[in-house]
Amino acid sequence: MSTAAATSTDAWHFALVGTPNSGKTALFNALTGSRQKVANYPGVTVERKAGLLLTPAGRSVNLVDLPGTYSLRGRSPDEEITRDIVLGRLASESAPDLLLCVADATNLRLSLRLVLELKRVGRPLMLVLNMFDLAQRRGINIDLARLSAELGVPVVTAVAVRRDGTAQLLTRMDELAASVGRQGENTWKAPSASDLRAAQREADRIIAAAVGTPARPDTLTARLDAVLLHPVAGLVILLALLFLMFQAVFSWARPLMDLIQSGFDSFGVLAHDALPDGLLQSFIQNGVISGVGSVIVFLPQILILFLFILLLEDLGYMARAAFLMDRIMGSAGLHGRAFIPLLSSFACAIPGIMATRVIDNRRDRLTTILVAPLMTCSARIPVYTLIISAFVPARHVWGFVNLQGLVMFGLYGAGIVSALGVSFVAKRFFWNEHETPPFMLELPDYKMPRVRAVAMGLYQRAMMFLKRAGTTIFSMMVLIWFLASFPRPPAGATGPAIDYSLAAIIGHALEPVLAPVGFNWQINVALIPGMAAREVAVAALGTVYAIEGGKEAAEQIGQALAGKWSLATALAVLVWYIFAPQCASTLAVIRRETGGWRFMAITFAYMLALAYVAAFMTYHVAVALGAG
Amino acid sequence: MPEGRQPVNGHASLPKSLPLGEAPCGFRGRIEAIKVGEAHGGLPAGEIENRLIELGFVEGARVEVLHEGAFGRDPIAVRVNNATIALRRREAMAILAIAERPTERS
Repeated sequence: MSTAAATSTDAWHFALVGTPNSGKTALFNALTGSRQKVANYPGVTVERKAGLLLTPAGRSVNLVDLPGTYSLRGRSPDEEITRDIVLGRLASESAPDLLLCVADATNLRLSLRLVLELKRVGRPLMLVLNMFDLAQRRGINIDLARLSAELGVPVVTAVAVRRDGTAQLLTRMDELAASVGRQGENTWKAPSASDLRAAQREADRIIAAAVGTPARPDTLTARLDAVLLHPVAGLVILLALLFLMFQAVFSWARPLMDLIQSGFDSFGVLAHDALPDGLLQSFIQNGVISGVGSVIVFLPQILILFLFILLLEDLGYMARAAFLMDRIMGSAGLHGRAFIPLLSSFACAIPGIMATRVIDNRRDRLTTILVAPLMTCSARIPVYTLIISAFVPARHVWGFVNLQGLVMFGLYGAGIVSALGVSFVAKRFFWNEHETPPFMLELPDYKMPRVRAVAMGLYQRAMMFLKRAGTTIFSMMVLIWFLASFPRPPAGATGPAIDYSLAAIIGHALEPVLAPVGFNWQINVALIPGMAAREVAVAALGTVYAIEGGKEAAEQIGQALAGKWSLATALAVLVWYIFAPQCASTLAVIRRETGGWRFMAITFAYMLALAYVAAFMTYHVAVALGAG
Repeated sequence: MPEGRQPVNGHASLPKSLPLGEAPCGFRGRIEAIKVGEAHGGLPAGEIENRLIELGFVEGARVEVLHEGAFGRDPIAVRVNNATIALRRREAMAILAIAERPTERS
């Protein structure tokens, strides 16, 4: 008890609350910088973002960034967390000493209603008017003293994206020290429709009293939307953007990838020369360096993909994309809100599946989770890139379109079409449901993406990927090297050493099942560690062919494939990877998010079945057309 | 211009309200009432009403239909005071609005 009391006087616990699009996360980043910890709340899959900051007076503050919400009613798991922490109901979390309600200063209406609701909780509360510079530039005259008096809540301004933009906020935190710990009476109860109405009317009255109309309204958003939300032009631009994104992933990343590749190659040669011939040499060069290198080489492509997603998100375009796609997705039985999770799944199905929490209807959420792994995630890029560059000539068609990029675009397209098809079938036959739930979404004003915020997001993604390469992928590489190297060939053996290994035994054992789809035993071997993560398959193929064929093969795995696989086999592998449920972490996340094994098993089974059937058909059609 | 909107006998009589779900692109008006007819989309009527209010659709708010989708002119993007909200026409049927100066709308 005494220690708990001691720690609670040592550091304050503050919580950031706010509506979606209030710039809450930007403010959180500005206040805590790199001193952040991202984890999950115990027992649920809601992300907990917390960080440490120091006030000018030297007090340390534990700041927690709560999921965005319009009210404390708790319509989704995320919003329930916000409600429970604000009310101090969550046992694992210290009740906040101060609530910081973040509002977009250019768009106060919905935030002020939330402030009025938060007041009833009785905790010390401060309103932070974020993006205050933008409001001033638009000539929105906010009478801060009046606003504060009308609300009965201290008000402070902030510009999260500017370096000194939080100075005033930090100073005010110290001034509020006196009120910290002073808990008023909690009169909050879930508001009814008439409560919500009354609160919104009161908020509108306060705005009329304290906030002037903009002298220079935001005409840019209106002018951009006239084009970007145009029924025809808007859809064409959205498609063009996606097309540009995939062209960029394929061609812009090339020079950097070559650099990384040659770096790892010379590093491998260095290790080869420094170590005595034997097992250790083979392990370091073929297992560790070429294995990890063959995965890290895809970092530039993943970063380019995330760069596009982060920029579009910061710009405010993502909500527009959901608007444009709502009917198309709706006809396939998906919710318009599913567009953002599905688009994130292009980077990785795991954040995509986690992002489905914004969908409050359980069946819609399950349908989205079911199809999210069909979207082409970045882990497939290594597999696709390797096979495309080995089998598709690098020429231009129609003058400017890179043929390899076009094939890549086609593979992405196949993923999207199959996702729509599966969700249609699920909705109609599985749920036997024809009704789609409401789609309501705020379209925020466009905002110039900030370099610092995008750079920070990219850095976090890069670290996540490298961490994965260093742990999961590395341990799988050790495993595949072991399988490919043991047992050692008997004395006097003539064939390559790998023919006597466990890998060959496993690969051959799988042949009766996988030969009909055109896979040879080397592919079968690569599929096994590929279960841990798809990109490992590439590294595994590299290791298998390296141990089989020596150094030259390791350096030129693409050429090795072109020599050893038929076109039909290559196409079958590509198609296999559109569907195959080859990612243990995705399956684990599905189990966690759906709260049981059932949906994980369903996902695994239907994807495997699709993969097998599609690869089988592709292989046999290709052979019939003479590509065998 | 939807039917039944003209003032009777040339007098500026009380204009009839129009569900926003039927409003054409460019419609401007003020919200007169939020009336959710029946539960749909797996949500009770009260919950749909709550959500509309939370997004700022309350009586008296200024609304303008800014954009509509390519297929079936659905969904629509509505300016509510100074925020823009996207929603489907079916939910917008619950929002009854009175056109602002219906004869002078440009």
